[in-house]
Amino acid sequence: MLQDKDRIFTNLYGQNDWTLAGARARGDWDGTADILARGRDAIISEMKASGLRGRGGAGFPTGVKWSFMPRKNDGRPHYLVINGDESEPGTCKDREILRHDPHKLVESALIASFAMGAHAAYIYIRGEFYNEAMHLQHAIDEAYAAGLIGKNACGSGWDFDFYIHRGAGAYICGEETALLESLEGKKGQPRMKPPFPAAMGLYGCPTTVNNVESIAVSATILRRGAAWFSGLGRPNNAGTKLMAISGHVNTPCVFEEELGVPMKELIEKHGGGVRGGWDNLLAVIPGGCSVPMLPRDVCDTVLMDYDSLRAEGSGLGTGCMIVMDRSTDIIAAIARFSKFFKHESCGQCTPCREGTGWMMRIMERMVEGRAEIEEIDMLEQVTRQVEGHTICALGDAAAWPIQGLIRRFRPVMEERIHAYKAAHGGTRPVQVPVGLVEAAE
Amino acid sequence: MSVQPNAPEGVEPTHFEFDHESEQQIATVLAKYPPERKASGVLPLLYVVQKQMGRQTGSAWIPRVAMDVVAERLEMAPIRVYEVATFYLMFNTKPIGRYHLQVCTTTSCWLRGSDDVTAACKAATGIKAFGETSADGLFTLTEVECLGACANAPILQVDDDYYEDLDGPRTEELIAALRRGERPRPGPTIDRLNAAPAGGRKVLVDDVARKPQGQG
Repeated sequence: MLQDKDRIFTNLYGQNDWTLAGARARGDWDGTADILARGRDAIISEMKASGLRGRGGAGFPTGVKWSFMPRKNDGRPHYLVINGDESEPGTCKDREILRHDPHKLVESALIASFAMGAHAAYIYIRGEFYNEAMHLQHAIDEAYAAGLIGKNACGSGWDFDFYIHRGAGAYICGEETALLESLEGKKGQPRMKPPFPAAMGLYGCPTTVNNVESIAVSATILRRGAAWFSGLGRPNNAGTKLMAISGHVNTPCVFEEELGVPMKELIEKHGGGVRGGWDNLLAVIPGGCSVPMLPRDVCDTVLMDYDSLRAEGSGLGTGCMIVMDRSTDIIAAIARFSKFFKHESCGQCTPCREGTGWMMRIMERMVEGRAEIEEIDMLEQVTRQVEGHTICALGDAAAWPIQGLIRRFRPVMEERIHAYKAAHGGTRPVQVPVGLVEAAE
Repeated sequence: MSVQPNAPEGVEPTHFEFDHESEQQIATVLAKYPPERKASGVLPLLYVVQKQMGRQTGSAWIPRVAMDVVAERLEMAPIRVYEVATFYLMFNTKPIGRYHLQVCTTTSCWLRGSDDVTAACKAATGIKAFGETSADGLFTLTEVECLGACANAPILQVDDDYYEDLDGPRTEELIAALRRGERPRPGPTIDRLNAAPAGGRKVLVDDVARKPQGQG
């Protein structure tokens, strides 16, 4: 487990001063100009060597992503866009960076922008994080006033501007191209790829979109060295990661940990254990609602990192776990996600716009058990018709929790259906509520 | 998908004009984007409208006539502003109460008792269903999706502030305080430091607080 000396986010809980004076005391803005003086190529190589993988969910190597930016400016400006639209249910980690360690983000944004030839960075913060955006704005203002950003940032000769753009309540804007559309003043509807943002992103210019955490850790990585970071975690799953535990644990919290630690240890140490003891555990959704849940027997041994969770048919996602104990109505928990995705579909692609509604309505009946056994397979089939048939991954994300439910908890669904039939008598089809059938007859 | 509704007949004002405070905010906003990319200012300007309506009328919402003013200012077709205003949930396209109670009911909050928070909101305001405004015009109750503070679930967002780690009785107390014109300090409503575990930090424990007075 991670020791305090290896933590990046040392003011995670806001126990100390989050403004510039406090940030400097924690080592931020120390030798920033020297880091910039190493040059673009050296910075990108160091980031590649660190093994940092994107912290927003997809896990793409950050240094490699930075290297996709064109080497030379063709006359169009380059942009760094930071994704602070943290909206994935269960996920609450970037909020702590924005409000308690904002200078880590501002300093890292300068370095990252320099490495990709960008003189301007925008951060898109979800609209609900109003107070968090105020903290970051304060940090930006301090950095301008101290000459750390703006013209000749840190005395490096590089000009850098950093702007906050607030979203307004649309989960889909966490998808990088929807985010760019929103930043351009449109509805947040994802774009077809290619062209990828590195070729044509914000305002048609080369753009890299990175998660808040991926950017915020980079100054520390460059200061302490790629070898330090890659020495933490496991091979191909390097470093530390902000994680959170919510749901049925004794002490829900946010924390920073090494990748590759057993999930059970994390839940016991940071979460204070499952409510009612480990044996009371039903399932864990390991990284935000878009990754399939894991039943208890997998949770006994699985390690918390990209590859281990992938091997179990799930994923690290955002690293923010939702823990459910045996009192949970697991069908209702997943049905709530179906409602979420139905609400958040942008409406652009038909399979998602219509399919999320179908899935929600069938799931609502599954919660009651007001369904036929063969409808479980039909529901599974609907998820397959949506998955992979949309521009962005929201359709997939809507399908996967249901697939996970059917894969892991099919007997519970069948039992619910049998119980409803038993309670409402007979063998006739029950999709329509009993009262309505009688009224019609 | 979800789309914001139109305002009911008869509540639309006939005129909207930015006040001095709004004009200052607009100048700051427009400086962020390249001059030929003014449309990027549409979300921020709709917020400016909503705040101004809150200041002037006690109801923070965006009338159609104000969308037209935004369109003109940003040199956009009015339809482009309408579609943005109705796409994003945080823009209120019809009048709301003075306090906007936004209950998160997504899974993390639901697992920790958001049903109790919802019930308490209804009991304390007399509101029967989501989307309604209380008879006294003070409160509007909205069901929102994940607020991104799941380690402090369940959450009630009042306007821009998060009240965290709630239960039914503490929700009723909070609403009673709002009714008295008070604004309790946002954040956890139990003895807890932000998103650290209740009962004390498990890591960074040697880091004694050196926080200046008055910092949130």
